[in-house]
Amino acid sequence: MSPRPGYVLEADRTTPPVLFWNGEGYLLEKLPPERSRIIYPPDPLKPLEDPVAQIRYALSHPIGDSQPLESLLHPSMRLTIAFDDVSLPLPPMQQPDARQLVIEEVLELAANAGIEDVALIAALSLHRRMTEPELRHALGDRIYDAFAPYGLLMQHDAEDPDGLVFLGTTDLGEEVEINKRAATSDLLVYVNINLVPMDGGHKSVATGLASYRSVRHHHNVSTMINSKSFMDMHHSELHSANWRMGRHIKQQGVKVFQIETTLNTNTFPSQFSFLQRREWEWGPKDRASFIASSKALSIMGDRARRTLFHSIKAPLQLTSVQAGEVEAVHKVTIDNVLKQQLVNVEGQTDILTMGLPYISPYNVNSIMNPILVACLGLGYLFNMYIGKPLVREGGVVIMRHPTPLAFNTAHHPSYIDFFEEVLADTTDPAEIAKYEESYATDPWYRELYRTGHAYHGVHPFYMWYWTAHALDHLSSVIVVGGNAKAVKRMGFRPASTLADALEMAEDSVGSSPTITHIRVPPLMMAEVS
Amino acid sequence: MPFEFPMKRPTWPVKVPAPLPVRSTGVEYNTSWSRSPIARKLRSAFIDTLLRPGMYAIAKPVVRGGSELELVEPPVIFVANHSSHLDTPLILSILSGKFGDKTAVAAAADYFFDRTWKAHLFSLTLGAIPVERKRPDRTSAKLAISLIEDGWNLVIFPEGGRSPDGWLQEIRGGAAYIAQHTKRPIIPIHISGTYQILSKGHSKISPNSTKVTFGHPIMHSDDKDVHQVNNDIYQSLARLADESATDWWDATKRSARGESPSLSGPDSAAWLRAWKLPNSKPRR
Repeated sequence: MSPRPGYVLEADRTTPPVLFWNGEGYLLEKLPPERSRIIYPPDPLKPLEDPVAQIRYALSHPIGDSQPLESLLHPSMRLTIAFDDVSLPLPPMQQPDARQLVIEEVLELAANAGIEDVALIAALSLHRRMTEPELRHALGDRIYDAFAPYGLLMQHDAEDPDGLVFLGTTDLGEEVEINKRAATSDLLVYVNINLVPMDGGHKSVATGLASYRSVRHHHNVSTMINSKSFMDMHHSELHSANWRMGRHIKQQGVKVFQIETTLNTNTFPSQFSFLQRREWEWGPKDRASFIASSKALSIMGDRARRTLFHSIKAPLQLTSVQAGEVEAVHKVTIDNVLKQQLVNVEGQTDILTMGLPYISPYNVNSIMNPILVACLGLGYLFNMYIGKPLVREGGVVIMRHPTPLAFNTAHHPSYIDFFEEVLADTTDPAEIAKYEESYATDPWYRELYRTGHAYHGVHPFYMWYWTAHALDHLSSVIVVGGNAKAVKRMGFRPASTLADALEMAEDSVGSSPTITHIRVPPLMMAEVS
Repeated sequence: MPFEFPMKRPTWPVKVPAPLPVRSTGVEYNTSWSRSPIARKLRSAFIDTLLRPGMYAIAKPVVRGGSELELVEPPVIFVANHSSHLDTPLILSILSGKFGDKTAVAAAADYFFDRTWKAHLFSLTLGAIPVERKRPDRTSAKLAISLIEDGWNLVIFPEGGRSPDGWLQEIRGGAAYIAQHTKRPIIPIHISGTYQILSKGHSKISPNSTKVTFGHPIMHSDDKDVHQVNNDIYQSLARLADESATDWWDATKRSARGESPSLSGPDSAAWLRAWKLPNSKPRR
């Protein structure tokens, strides 16, 4: 029997309170009956019965214009295996990670072919460098110990003048500059985890292994405003730009063998399984877990709560593996992602509510600072649609998150200055661009990015650009339970309770507005008709 | 708000189709746990320490023909007349040795398995398995057959329920069908006296002496159909009832002549049926 599809519940007086994530915690909120609806994601798909066999099959039966991987390998070649970084998947999956399973099979073939020159590269783009435990978790000890001690497990450096190669420009004049080792290899094998439809395809190499010089051509306000949404490849300028660059990279002779994987939405381990169960189906164990964990979290300190949540390893399972030519592979991948995540929704709403969890792609093992709160809600969750946004133009988004005025100084140094300097001046994504250059080229941020574990100096700008479509579309953004100073600095309106927020929203959308709550995570994509 | 969700069970939204209830009682009840080694040991201990002493105290059974059991190897199907809730514990108290702890009892799904606690209790203490008696159902027969094929003995009351007046009711074909399907012998058992201790509709136990008479095994024959086997069961029970009321030799002779007394009693008024019931209280 196939898993249950997503569900749109029209709330009435019999609807129990619905779960709202609230950063490193959660609570139950009652939505106004008769004008609210709750969108529940589909149940997790059945995983592959034998993932390793499926990986082997995918490598030997490539999709599109590609030969089986085995026949592309020869002893004297230079082979580079690039893989997605710590931002995927969310939360980090229980071992063995999908990357480990795939790369071990690729390395088996490479070893059988007698290849000496093999290197692995974490495709960081402008993200922070991964720590040793993070690399070990993603790749497994066997791979780490075989490559890291010899300098053959590298992390992409988008600011290394000697480690990049300029491949010219696309037809639209976009500069393409990517990792030199990858570009000069006889074969680049890219191993991806496709969590959301934006991931994968040509974006893997054209962004993951690119320099700031290259990335800036699509990570900007114009691209984001014209991506409706950037999660819908057919209506995403971000996607189009990456495809232009990817095709250019191919034309320049870089041979890519793409391996993409999809996961189901088994997001929480058994002790937190109630978090992905529909409230009316909560049994005594679920209710007891909710009450006990809520109580425990309420008496824990911030650090302890964060440590607890970031120690969660998701029981995510592989649902598909496909390999071969980039575009053909990605087409199948997207079908598989949507098979898991798509929910059909009729019509838009006046107010979109969402509870934001403790994690986003950019704060794994870190603090969800205010800018990441904005990016998760208005960048990611707002854009998880096909067709049109869940909320109407001029509508309101209400997000619940404590939005602490706190930053991880090691991971997000430029975020602090961005918050204090740039957002103090303007919150308009188009206007902040005037500050971008100085942050992107700041030598201190560059140093921290290259040698420490800091995101690139320009990264907070991208997070803010990510919100551009939502800010352009909405009349107001309200944050419930957030730090008032942080919320106001970002141009949003703070509210103490959901009821207050709903009342405040009526200033923008009129009385008795319709409300839609997206019950995430697990992730879902809304196809809005 | 201490008495609202999540402290209290959530309400089911009216717009959400309610799922079909998952039945964990009745014929759907899974009794496999009660045949685990631990459950068997517990059941044996219960029978040895409580059930058997209790039954011997209440029912003082006189067992006849028990040596018939030596003629057959398990698994077998025990069939008995049924007029009291004490019939099952009485049989289990008497069975021992090779039939000891590997005997299951077919019990009415609608009575013994209608509540989870009852299902747990009777499957553990008596090794009961649920049998649907109100409508045709393959689940019960499948389970019974699979148990026999797995080496378990089975106790079946072919009347499908307790007699309301102590006389034998119509014998149904379930036991014969299972025997023909599994090709295992049937051991007929006649029980008299339990109706006087605890009859249907009563809750007070009146201790009384009982007789439990085992008959010759009815061996499987490919030449017989279910109807014929069912008739054999009836004839065996009739002869055993006669033996119980008289003696083996007289009963044997009457049986040979086809003159065993009817088990279903006279076709007459209720009081007269009660009056003529062997071992009935009014006659004592």
